[in-house]
Amino acid sequence: MDPQRKRKVRLVVALGAAVLLAGALVYTSFSASTEAKQPSQLLSVAPGGSYDLTGRVVEGSIRRDGERIRFRVADRDGGESIPVAYSGVVPDPFRGGREIILTGEVERGVFAGQRDTLVTKCPSKFTAAHDS
Amino acid sequence: MTASLGSAALALAFLSAVFAVVAALAGRHGDRRWVDASRYAVYALFALLTFCVVTIEVAFAGDDFSFALVQQHSSIDTPGFYKLAAMWSSQEGSLLLWAWVLSIATLAALYATRDKLRELVPYATAVMAAVAAFFTGLMLFGGGVNPFSTLSPVPADGVGLNPLLQHPSMMIHPPMLYSGYVAFTVPFAFAIGALITRRLDASWIRATRRFALIAWALLGFGLLLGARWSYTELGWGGYWAWDPVENAALMPWLIGTAFLHSIMVQEKRGMLKAWNACLIVATFSLALLGTFLVRSGVLQSIHAFGDSTVGPYILGLIAVVTIGSAALIVSRLEDLRSPKRIDSLASREAVFLVNNLLLVALCATIFWGTFFPLISELFTGETASLAAPWFDRYTTPLAILLVLFTGIGPLLAWRRVSWASAKRVFLAPALVAAAVGVGLALATDAAGEPWALALFVFAAFALTGLTQEFWRGAAARRSLAGGSMPAALVAIVSRNRRRYGGYIVHIGVAVLLIGIAASSSFQTNRDVTLSPGQSAVVDGRTVTYERPTVSFDEEAFGFGAVLGVERGGERFTLRPSRRFFRPGGVEGGTIASFFDGEATSEVGLKAGLGSDFWTAVQPDVSVVQRRVRAADRGFRACVGGAPGTPPQCRAVSRLMRAAAADPSLRPVALAQIEALQTATAKRLANGYLTDERPATFRVIVDPLVTWMWIGGLIALAGALIAIWPARGPRRSPVAASELEALKEVKYREIRDAELDHAAGKLSDEDFALLDAELRNEAVEILDRANGKRANGQPAADRRGEEAGSPGL
Repeated sequence: MDPQRKRKVRLVVALGAAVLLAGALVYTSFSASTEAKQPSQLLSVAPGGSYDLTGRVVEGSIRRDGERIRFRVADRDGGESIPVAYSGVVPDPFRGGREIILTGEVERGVFAGQRDTLVTKCPSKFTAAHDS
Repeated sequence: MTASLGSAALALAFLSAVFAVVAALAGRHGDRRWVDASRYAVYALFALLTFCVVTIEVAFAGDDFSFALVQQHSSIDTPGFYKLAAMWSSQEGSLLLWAWVLSIATLAALYATRDKLRELVPYATAVMAAVAAFFTGLMLFGGGVNPFSTLSPVPADGVGLNPLLQHPSMMIHPPMLYSGYVAFTVPFAFAIGALITRRLDASWIRATRRFALIAWALLGFGLLLGARWSYTELGWGGYWAWDPVENAALMPWLIGTAFLHSIMVQEKRGMLKAWNACLIVATFSLALLGTFLVRSGVLQSIHAFGDSTVGPYILGLIAVVTIGSAALIVSRLEDLRSPKRIDSLASREAVFLVNNLLLVALCATIFWGTFFPLISELFTGETASLAAPWFDRYTTPLAILLVLFTGIGPLLAWRRVSWASAKRVFLAPALVAAAVGVGLALATDAAGEPWALALFVFAAFALTGLTQEFWRGAAARRSLAGGSMPAALVAIVSRNRRRYGGYIVHIGVAVLLIGIAASSSFQTNRDVTLSPGQSAVVDGRTVTYERPTVSFDEEAFGFGAVLGVERGGERFTLRPSRRFFRPGGVEGGTIASFFDGEATSEVGLKAGLGSDFWTAVQPDVSVVQRRVRAADRGFRACVGGAPGTPPQCRAVSRLMRAAAADPSLRPVALAQIEALQTATAKRLANGYLTDERPATFRVIVDPLVTWMWIGGLIALAGALIAIWPARGPRRSPVAASELEALKEVKYREIRDAELDHAAGKLSDEDFALLDAELRNEAVEILDRANGKRANGQPAADRRGEEAGSPGL
């Protein structure tokens, strides 16, 4: 095979592989991802599916129940809230009033979070803009 | 007063930066006066920004709460060490830091190129000054991000620095990351200069290679510190979570790694010019993107700052940089074409190309995953996000392949390697890798984790190959110069810093990935709830909750535990605790408010080379809180002088009434009440010792995780060796012409080939072929040089004089 042709074949093979891999990446990302929902949206979903709950922890709603922690999460701008049960250790910044993201599913009206999926978003962690 | 001085200095800094751009562009055709003027403007920029930084730090050190920045990020009680670090915990402060570090980098770049690249430097100066103008302008006009905003009236105390950030690595983590981001501006600016002037040989790379390396090392070290902070401070026991902001720092580092490899191909072979230009543009854009992600809050992240005004501006800059650079590269495609081709797939340049593709693929994957929430919203209308398992699935195989190539690359010579040479260098590493694979599969449970096993095997291959390189190099040196083996090792490393520094980085990366693979695949991670006196068995170790502890200091109440850990006669004690910080900047609160601030975990960690034993505690303080609420009710009744309260209450309530009538008495009354409250809080907190409440512990046994930190430090050391300037007479003080530089490179290539031959990497036939080829090329360069000078020595003489001195 002349070198020109060989190079072209090589290029086509490499590009083909790249396209295939990129396709796999795109395809799996849509099926592996979990939808993010606010409490008001979650109240109306069918049971079974797995979701990322995003919202704000209702102040004063945190209760310990053995190894579980129960609290309510409301929409970011207030409004409806959903009870949440989570077992395990919560991240340091977790508190009432904080924004969180938690993966889990709705079981009989309660959002059951998976262990180690609780992420506390903490805007005040670096700035104190909210209280000035 | 000082604030307005600082503000003025910032405004002048902005004007200096703008002037530097204008002057540099005016001097682009070689008018020295304009070029010098732009240089002086950069000096002024540096001096003014230094003044700004010093002003801010003095205000932090002196608790000057007339500065809004100081009031919101520090307090009287903040430990002195952290007062200085508080500057970059804020948005304004980090922008100032960005601009200041950039002015230092610009200064250093101008110094390093003071008598070179006359055509190119004005454009590079203009680019760097333009970026500086952007960031200083952002602080002035970006809306609410001026670090010199003042407060009036001046508050008595500040809000304080978030306790989570009070960790030694937080002192240096952000400046490291920022310096890394910023230092990439230098190679980017010179690449733009090279593209505009069409001077697309390797001279811009030679001038800025060290900056790229420094940027890469700083960014890498910053990432490592961030991981360490997460591991020891955040109370979840992990070091990496694929959080958008972590990814944002990792991406430029990956592309920067690719860049550092592929520029060697351009330096040595004149190939991959367009690719290198693309890589540095991508690196710089990703560095800006990193800054943007932290600032904007577009993606949900624990790092994200609240709503920020500067996000859109940075996004605008990124758009200008990427679109402008892409247009420039496309318009110069003809000049970027190289006549040469890669000789063989079995050559170092071919391996570099593969490594580049892997790194870019890794970065593209992470990019896709990071921005998936935005992509998904665009296509499906729903925000959806990808979690760690998705990232792991794709990054694991890519990382494993990369480890393999950290081993293969150093073993191959440039241009081409024959089968005979290859066999010689690959035999030992392949045998060791096979033995490690079989050994691990039989003796441990590693076979259950095929990815981890593959990584161990490839890492064994890489580490053996790299050791062999050092060994053979040192042996060749010894046979030539005598001396001991360690002396020979030191000699070859110090004479070939780039080569062996790079190899040391490879060793570090292989070790680091072993640590990551082992600790993520074979970790035991359990949450157990124990009452005092109870025990649990975790991974063969008996963990006993011996007793609860309570501590208090100026800032926080700590509720912890003494844990006894025992395994086969070995015993040690750990004291994890959780500290509840009193919120800053409030006065006259309730006792309950003492527990309203941040809470941070102080982990109990027993680190070891074999495995780490990591614990954090989540104490049940609900009983304490209930008592505190009761006490608050009693306190209110007491202050109100309600009937039936103890006699001391009458004194307090008298004081409060007096303070209500006479405001000057207020501070005294508040101080007394706070003292009473603190005493009560301490008494109530001590009740935790006898409550016998069960506490939840997270217990993690992390095998080999220490090697991650050790590997990172090895890599850093290797980078420092490669950065360190070579001493010796070879560096001529006179401005080197492009041909001189080419000659230098060619001589180095000849020396490299000789070193490879002496170290047994090239067979005699391969070496003879390559040496003849290189010497011909050298003669060609010398002939061209002599033709230009017309009075030079004959080429053959020069060749005899310079060659034959391998780096041994």
